[in-house]
Amino acid sequence: MYPCQLIDLGLIDYAQAYQFQKDCVQKVLNGEPQKLIFCEHPAVLTLGRMSKDSNFLWPKEEIQKENIKILPIDRGGEVTLHAPGQLVVYPIFNLNHYGKDLKAFLHRLEEVIINVLKDRGIEGRRIDGKTGVWVERDKIASLGVGVKKWISFHGLSLNVSNDLELYRMIRPCGMDIRMTSIMKKCNGHGAPLDIRTIMWHSFKAEFNLQEIE
Amino acid sequence: MSQELKLPELGDGIQKAVVAVWHYQVGDRIKAGDDVVEVVTDKAAFSVSAEQSGKLEQILVAQGQEAAIGQTLAVIA
Repeated sequence: MYPCQLIDLGLIDYAQAYQFQKDCVQKVLNGEPQKLIFCEHPAVLTLGRMSKDSNFLWPKEEIQKENIKILPIDRGGEVTLHAPGQLVVYPIFNLNHYGKDLKAFLHRLEEVIINVLKDRGIEGRRIDGKTGVWVERDKIASLGVGVKKWISFHGLSLNVSNDLELYRMIRPCGMDIRMTSIMKKCNGHGAPLDIRTIMWHSFKAEFNLQEIE
Repeated sequence: MSQELKLPELGDGIQKAVVAVWHYQVGDRIKAGDDVVEVVTDKAAFSVSAEQSGKLEQILVAQGQEAAIGQTLAVIA
C-alpha cells in the first residue's frame, strides 16, 4: 500500500489551491507521501491546453461581469467550470507506482468516480473515445491532469450539488453536451460531505492507498 | 556532449502528443531537471525535463505541432 495524506481545503479560491497543488508536487518529488486534495472553488472557468475560443457561448466580457474569472492553466483538456457544490479532487500521486501510463491513470480516475456514483445508486459510464463519466446521456464528471516528472496534479471534478445553469456560458470540454449532478439524479439528496467520504474510500481501493496524518 | 530531448513513452496506446508550450527559447541556459517543454495528449499535459545542463541549441518541433513517441523535440548542448 502507498501512504497518502488526505487534505480538505474546503471552499478555496482557484489560484490559492493551484499554488497549494504546486507546493505539494514539490513535496512529493522530495519524497513526501502522496497527497489527495479535496476542495470546492467559487465559480471560475479554467482553460486547459486544448481550449478554443469557439467553446465560449457567451462573450468573455459578459462572463467576467458575472464575477467569474477565466484562467488558462497547465492541464490537458478544454474549458471547464468549477463552482460551489462541485467536488474538485487533485491527486498528487507518483505515477511511477501506477505504471507511468497517462491513459491508464485517467481510466483509474474514471473508475473512482463510477464507484462513488454506484454507492449512490447511480450508474456512471464511460463513452468510447471520450474522457469523463456520464450518466445516461449527460456528463457528471470531468477530468484533466498535469504531470511533471511523473507526479500528477490537477485531476477531476464531480458535480454534486452545484448550479448547472452556469454551464450555459460554455461548451463544456468543447462538446455540445448537457451536464448533470448527483443532486439532480438523486432528487435532491447527495450531500457533498458524504460524497467526500465515499470518494476517499473509492480512491483508497483503486490506488491502493493507506491514510496517514 | 549534446543531448537529444526526446518525447518519452507516455503509456499504452499513446503514439503521439502535441507540443503545447516551450518554456525556453533557443540560446537559453537549461539546468538538469528543468521542465523544458510541455506536451498534451487529450486530457493530460506532460512536462518533459532535461537530463543534463546546457544551452538549448535547437527546437525541432514547434508549438502546436505533433510529435511521435521517441521523436527528438530539441537539442541541448
